[in-house]
Amino acid sequence: MWLSMEAVYIFLGIVVTLGSVWTFADRSNPKRFTSGLFYLLYGVTLLFGSVIPPFYTGVLVLIMVAIVGFGGLKLGKYEEASPEERQQHRQRLNNRLFIPALLIPILTVIGVTWLKNVKIGGAFLLDPNNVTLVSLGVATFMALLISMAMTRSTPFAAVKESRRLLETIGWAALLPQMLATLGTIFTTAGVGAAVSEWIGTIIPTHSLFWIVVAYCVGMALFTMIMGNAFAAFPVMTAGIAVPLLIQQFGVDANHVAALGMFSGYCGTLMTPMAANFNIVPAALLDLRDQHHVIRVQVPTALILLAFNIAAMYVVTLMD
Amino acid sequence: MVLIGVAIVIVGFIIRINPLLVVTLSGLATGLFAHQSLYEIIEQFGKAFTTNRYMAVFIATLPVIGLLERFGLREQAEHVVSNIKAATTGRILTAYLVIREAAAAAGLTSLGGHAQMVRPLVAPMAEGAAEAKYGTLPDRVRDDIRAHAAAVDNIGLFFGEDVFIAIGAILLMKGFFDQNGIPSDPLHMALWAIPTAVAALIVHSFRLHRLDRSLHKLLHRENGKGRA
Repeated sequence: MWLSMEAVYIFLGIVVTLGSVWTFADRSNPKRFTSGLFYLLYGVTLLFGSVIPPFYTGVLVLIMVAIVGFGGLKLGKYEEASPEERQQHRQRLNNRLFIPALLIPILTVIGVTWLKNVKIGGAFLLDPNNVTLVSLGVATFMALLISMAMTRSTPFAAVKESRRLLETIGWAALLPQMLATLGTIFTTAGVGAAVSEWIGTIIPTHSLFWIVVAYCVGMALFTMIMGNAFAAFPVMTAGIAVPLLIQQFGVDANHVAALGMFSGYCGTLMTPMAANFNIVPAALLDLRDQHHVIRVQVPTALILLAFNIAAMYVVTLMD
Repeated sequence: MVLIGVAIVIVGFIIRINPLLVVTLSGLATGLFAHQSLYEIIEQFGKAFTTNRYMAVFIATLPVIGLLERFGLREQAEHVVSNIKAATTGRILTAYLVIREAAAAAGLTSLGGHAQMVRPLVAPMAEGAAEAKYGTLPDRVRDDIRAHAAAVDNIGLFFGEDVFIAIGAILLMKGFFDQNGIPSDPLHMALWAIPTAVAALIVHSFRLHRLDRSLHKLLHRENGKGRA
């Protein structure tokens, strides 16, 4: 294929690694060497992740975590444009500023829908296994070129701005990857099996209503622990839904699946373990409380969890 | 004993130790209690970290968004909204919720996102609408509006995407049932996702409506000088 996921990672790696050069040189940052090192190492894992032996990547990861743990990651100065400057530019560029921003989703969608199976010279244009992500990467790259032309900026100016944003996110940028890692370790260590066994011992197996409650709440809770409904679904469904709902009470698997997965999503809305949805945005939006997004989501999540339980119970009665 | 890692995570998050540390410690502890060697655990860290690089893909959007912000994108988004009389924080977020959820239901899950849509466009619009009515916002109100903007992106995505047959979640469930020899049908799974998807839209729109009311109550009194 012409454009693989690896190409996107190289783009990410270049952005992060180049940015770290300014961090090393940023005298206003009290910890500029350790902060610079953090972003340099992160860039290296993105650039060369598939080449470096896993053990050494693991060591790099632990060094990054240690830098954060010992307070070595600090903010610097980012020479932001003053409000007056932004005002001037804005009046000149006006609504044209929206064009590159809106091109990102539009081009991504075009890539996903129309370039999905396009082949050039017998090879796929976009990695068929990662069409969405590769499309997103290409879309942002094209939007970047357009916005550089529009604002007459250099690539370095763009990297400096991305450094400003990335450093506002800071350690949270690493968290989604680390949580996915933890998920893998939990799975190999058998945490899922232990949890579903424990839940199996506490629910009354003769009451359809309480089985439904246990399954839906279990999906939500286990998703909160794992940070991912996809990890919770096989465990909870094999532990509760298959033996009790589907086999014992003869409930339709399609109903169980749709409503069970949504119960898991309610859990996703309530957990810091789903960092890419809940913690990274809080950092990205400069919120003072890193759990603010979760706090806002909890009421909706609980109401919908109750809705799922009720809907599943009603549907199982009809089956 | 393998549950020690779960306990570490829960306690760590409750007493608010840096999540990155909590997660690393939990991983190390879980591995050690499962009788893995330190070398194996570190190797797993490295391997999974590399496999999950796709989670970092939001970084690709930062150069464009950063550059556009330098040239006033967020201010422009606020400005555009402040000229629309009927625009309120809640209505803007409701409109985005509808678009996000409908697009996700049609399989267009990439039409949105915190880095590319919420930070540069949706949040400034939601804030701009409130500012046009009530003047400068107190920090806690500004935070609240931004958190709501992020939440709308999540809720629209989550409860929309399962309505689409070819989405990862549906395929995962289908695969699971196939493995266990239980008949299932992606079309029916997607169909049975619709009631919850509609409920999510109604429940959250109602909450956004209430957000408008509470903003009005809070800020109308505080600032007094509102234009509305």
